[in-house]
Amino acid sequence: MSIRNSLLALLERGPMHGYQLRAAFEASVGGTWSLNIGQVYTTLSRLERDELVAALPENDEGQRPYEITARGRTELNQWFATPIDRADRPRDELAIKLALAMTTPGVDLASVVQTQRVAGIRALQEYTRLKVSGGGDPDDPSWLLVLEAMIFQTEAEIRWLDFCEATILRKRTVPVPKTDAPVAARQTGPKVAGA
Amino acid sequence: MTVLEFRDVHRTHGDGESAVHALRGVHLTVRPGELVAVMGPSGSGKSTLLNLAGGLDLPSHGEVLVEGVALDTLSHRGLAEVRRRTIGYVFQDFNLLPSLTAVENVALPLELDGTGIREARRAALSALGDIGIADLARRFPDEMSGGQQQRVAIARALVGDRRLVLADEPTGALDSQTGELVLRVLRDRVDAGAAGLLVTHEARHAGWADRVIFLRDGSIVDTSGPLASVTDLLEPTP
Repeated sequence: MSIRNSLLALLERGPMHGYQLRAAFEASVGGTWSLNIGQVYTTLSRLERDELVAALPENDEGQRPYEITARGRTELNQWFATPIDRADRPRDELAIKLALAMTTPGVDLASVVQTQRVAGIRALQEYTRLKVSGGGDPDDPSWLLVLEAMIFQTEAEIRWLDFCEATILRKRTVPVPKTDAPVAARQTGPKVAGA
Repeated sequence: MTVLEFRDVHRTHGDGESAVHALRGVHLTVRPGELVAVMGPSGSGKSTLLNLAGGLDLPSHGEVLVEGVALDTLSHRGLAEVRRRTIGYVFQDFNLLPSLTAVENVALPLELDGTGIREARRAALSALGDIGIADLARRFPDEMSGGQQQRVAIARALVGDRRLVLADEPTGALDSQTGELVLRVLRDRVDAGAAGLLVTHEARHAGWADRVIFLRDGSIVDTSGPLASVTDLLEPTP
């Protein structure tokens, strides 16, 4: 996630100092992501070094507002015009973890899946609660957009876990010896944590 | 006070070697103001659990209590009364009566229970309004889309003083926006003091619940309660 470009986008609304930028950022994401003020100032000084923003004179409270430069505006437009490359995102740690769990002796893959599924459901419960309580500014629906993105991502992860369980895990179950017992009584299925 | 309680509930179909164990020793309580979602793969016992909660089926062993009364101790008439007064159902097939308008369909359970027609209609209209379809009150089922019929069915399930609302994939026929509206209505009703049991395979819908239970092969294998704080879930600052 580019804090750099986020700050440029916020400065496009007009000059702001660090604390104002932090508040505006958090309002935009509905409190789903908090920035620390140190990060804001570090990023601002880099943006100033690269001539993407310019510092204005300090106000009476000793706070220094920044404004976006023409060069900064070009960079911002470039950001909005360019899709985010999937290869630039962090590798999916969960997929790697499950792949390793499949091949590591003594690891109960079904438990790993279920633990992750419960964590996902809990996340969805909390996101939904935040959505219902209207955590963000009702006049600014951008926070809802961020929250929905997190809901969709979590939902996708849980669907993928369901898929893994239904397909890959089934293949790993120990073959059941042939008996005359009916199928229903022989179904073993994947073992699940807490069963 | 518990609205719904399962005490070591088993449900077996058939016997001997061909017996199918739909539920095996389920314990569950749902209190007023609590919405519990049930998740699990097909055949895990979700629908059996819901049918038992609604008195549409009885356990082979154990007890199902609604407001402290074991459903298997009730007469046929007593059970019908509990189903009519206390329990609201939203099932996948909406089962509206084709010869009645939307408002008449919603008012019907109240009228059957002795409420005067005028009062029943007023309550029905208000229930339709809650779910955003008061303007469809005079339409017949065949004059409505599937989604609209489902919303009427939901209004019917929630009308009057239902203390236990049972929902089986209640948003199946609905687009995502209307589906969300339905869940909001369900959530509001539960927040106002009802107890709710929601069977769903959609994780997103389970997110509306206070607690999510996972069924596998007829047993509850896991439960997810809410976390104490949303901050545990927020993305770490980079």
